[in-house]
Amino acid sequence: MRAGGLSLGISTVYLSLIVLLPIAAVVAASLEGGLAAFWDEVSSPPAVAALKLTFVISLLVVLANTVTGTLTAWVLVRDDFRGKSAVNALIDLPFALPTIVAGLTLLAIYGPKSPVGVDVAYTRTAIALALLFVTLPFVVRAVQPVLMELDREMEQAAASLGASPVTTFRRIILPNLMPAVLSGAALSFGKAVGEFGSVILISGNIPFDTEVASVHIFKAIESDDQEAAAAVSVVLLLLSLFVLIGADILERRSRRHDA
Amino acid sequence: MRESALSRYGLRFAALGYLATIIVLPCSMILRKTFQNGVEPVLDALTDPAFVHALQLTLVAVLIAVPANTIFGVVCAMALVRGNVKRGAWFFNSAIGLPLALSPVVVGLSLILVYGNDGWLGTWLVENGIQIIFSTPGIVLATVFVTLPFVVREVVPVLREVGTDQEEASWTLGASRWQTFWRITLPAIRWGVAYGVVLTTARALGEYGAVAVVSGRLAGQTETLTIHVDEQYLRFNEVAAYTTSLVLALLAVFTLVAMNVFKPRAQEEVADVDSDSAGNEALR
Repeated sequence: MRAGGLSLGISTVYLSLIVLLPIAAVVAASLEGGLAAFWDEVSSPPAVAALKLTFVISLLVVLANTVTGTLTAWVLVRDDFRGKSAVNALIDLPFALPTIVAGLTLLAIYGPKSPVGVDVAYTRTAIALALLFVTLPFVVRAVQPVLMELDREMEQAAASLGASPVTTFRRIILPNLMPAVLSGAALSFGKAVGEFGSVILISGNIPFDTEVASVHIFKAIESDDQEAAAAVSVVLLLLSLFVLIGADILERRSRRHDA
Repeated sequence: MRESALSRYGLRFAALGYLATIIVLPCSMILRKTFQNGVEPVLDALTDPAFVHALQLTLVAVLIAVPANTIFGVVCAMALVRGNVKRGAWFFNSAIGLPLALSPVVVGLSLILVYGNDGWLGTWLVENGIQIIFSTPGIVLATVFVTLPFVVREVVPVLREVGTDQEEASWTLGASRWQTFWRITLPAIRWGVAYGVVLTTARALGEYGAVAVVSGRLAGQTETLTIHVDEQYLRFNEVAAYTTSLVLALLAVFTLVAMNVFKPRAQEEVADVDSDSAGNEALR
């Protein structure tokens, strides 16, 4: 066996024990009563409501992110102003700040005792705000490096041929950014679908109204209904896998693009 | 293309306004709420035994999860890059990516299903008097799970860029694999490792969802800092909740500073080698 074989073996065992064995347990638990029981759990009205809400809000949040993220990346790369490097560092704050703290602070400013007079606590808007906070870095960080590498000559050529700035952006810049935007969007979506900490305090967790999938699973665990929890978890797991593979493909394509 | 000043200021205003609404304004509330009744209650919150214990427990989780995943990250990256794994690459990519994409609540549930009383190892654990769920080991396992990807994901690209020229030179000159790793490979990838460690630490300090499921939330026993924030808030101890939040936020600011120090250096490791190898090619 080559020396590399040993470290590969150790890595496989560690990965299997820490990640794969527990995930296998979730899949097994969801299928304990057979496929029919699994389907019953997943298609129960509260589960469907929670999954639908999660899916739709995440999609809307990701759409918003593609616009604001591209805009932010643009301003950070093409514009110049005092304090730009501080703003650039700030983009990672949602990653560094614990999600429960994010939820608490959002509740403080956009909740019942809001100092700015905006109270959206315990509504779907509040969920969207929390998800916008935690997913903010993804599109910005995906687009920034591509925008930095982008060849300005193409833009100059377009402009000299009479294209307006909007046309240049739409026809020249955007197509180049698209793979990066999509890969950032996929990561945002993955994060949004599973988000828990930032949502739990501000959403109110009202079934059929503001209960997202992760909170639904949490409640099922608390009431010892592990089969229901596992079934909805498997749906999230499949979504995660789907997103992972999607992001992987898009990232590869975006790397090929700037090569 | 020369943007007009108007559109430039417009875009800048929109981007900064958005960041202010979503990030800056909410975060400024932490300071305001912490000191709403002056300094005294803040000091009380910081000396509360439950807070001190939560801080200790969080540090225990960090001090186990970070070294474990750093060693795993470097070993796994070496195996993947130097072993030139191709056929199993998709397996490693998805298994390593899963903790990032998976809901933390699902992570917690998965640990209960393995280590809980009714879990796969439940009977054996009960017979041997080992408690994992609702206890420190469960919290540590949850933290290790969610922080697993960061080091390996940072080290793989650096290791790939560094190449094997120097390592091969070192072997030809008679160095053992172990010497080569410590003297050649590790110094070449150190900033990538450091950046990964910062990300791992930040995530370990701030993990809430997975820990919330497996912790049992006993004050002074199984409360981490993030659980402490939640519990104090639910018991209407607003100042204690925000004081703990402030501690976590300050740690987050440290993280940001460290990220901004390490990230450019990690990227430089990649860039340096790029120009080196370009030079080598020219020589050939």
